[in-house]
Amino acid sequence: MREMIHFSFSFLGSNNMSLRTAQIRLVSSHPEVYEPCDDSFALVDALLADRINLLEHRPMLCMEVGCGSGYVITSLALMLEQEVPWAHYIATDINPRAVEVTRKTLEAHGVCAELINTDIASGLEKRLAGLVDVMVVNPPYVPTPEDEVGREGIASAWAGGENGRSVIDKILPIADKLLSKTGWLYLVTLTTNDPSQICLQMREKGYAARIVVQRSTEEENLHIIKFWRDFDIQMEAKETVPVNKTAPVGVMDTLLSQVHRLSLWISGNNSSN
Amino acid sequence: MRLLTHNMLSSNIKGVTNGFPLRIEVEKAIEKQVDFNPDFLKNMFPKIDWKALLDASRTMGYAELPDETPDSSMLDSDEFLRKFHHALLELHLEEGALVCPETGRKFPVNKGIPNMLLHEDEV
Repeated sequence: MREMIHFSFSFLGSNNMSLRTAQIRLVSSHPEVYEPCDDSFALVDALLADRINLLEHRPMLCMEVGCGSGYVITSLALMLEQEVPWAHYIATDINPRAVEVTRKTLEAHGVCAELINTDIASGLEKRLAGLVDVMVVNPPYVPTPEDEVGREGIASAWAGGENGRSVIDKILPIADKLLSKTGWLYLVTLTTNDPSQICLQMREKGYAARIVVQRSTEEENLHIIKFWRDFDIQMEAKETVPVNKTAPVGVMDTLLSQVHRLSLWISGNNSSN
Repeated sequence: MRLLTHNMLSSNIKGVTNGFPLRIEVEKAIEKQVDFNPDFLKNMFPKIDWKALLDASRTMGYAELPDETPDSSMLDSDEFLRKFHHALLELHLEEGALVCPETGRKFPVNKGIPNMLLHEDEV
């Protein structure tokens, strides 16, 4: 699966240089740092699929929380490089080895990002509030015992606690704080994380959601969800006192039909390569 | 670490109320050229704490920024924008530390990467 995805992107890249993503041979590594894998590829695929919108969005500040090997932030910088040359990138990771590896990966591709070794966005929450136009997050989403969350080294890249939600649930309010009025969040989730509940939780904060990529691998079923502030939903979130927590009519139907459409689109796309 | 990043960072130690700006200790500062983009600078200007940028740029050995907080009419001046650009984006703290203004706790900066991780008793 991994090889196939990789192949499909070198194929795209050879057709159009502006669709460049990070190259695996140039991605630096360390035994204690998570290597690009299906989830990383799915996130970069989602960014590529939404690239035209990103170019129109003209982001000034882009941020990745949990940059690991640097594959995703490097790919984002490469795919926006030509059209949005002024964009500024910030990437954080709790693992000191990861920020170091990201630095090398960025350098190998000739792009820049500001790196900070910190827990999520600790130290940035006050002054960076409301400034981030694009945030990308591939969180530690694997369900694990709670005491494995936040351990040192590579475990911090996957250990997600109960239902894999411990770190996601910490990140969401921080993302809400940091995103600009027109900010977008791209989040990797697993079916076990209960993505529809995440969407509802974000809806209560005034965000609309769309599944950009859905992908099933042998081990996991991944959804890359894009969130953005929606004026109507914001009004609704302000007005309605949450009496019950069931989904507003239509939300789940919309999301599920998107999954269906996208699965068709993705399978159709793969077979054409 | 660019001074733009310094302008966005505060001390994150539990209980600290006045954690901004972090004082810079320079061991090694470097300059890296960045393409000049007036629109980025104009958009970013209102978000920047001028005093923090001014002090940081002086600590890094760059003394060209005006003392007084410039009013927005300055954004029409190419000369001003180029100085602002240089201070904000081209000066890098490569090695050194960021010091919490309230507690004096030092956050090390190595190879341009600030380490904001806290010890257990600081969270």
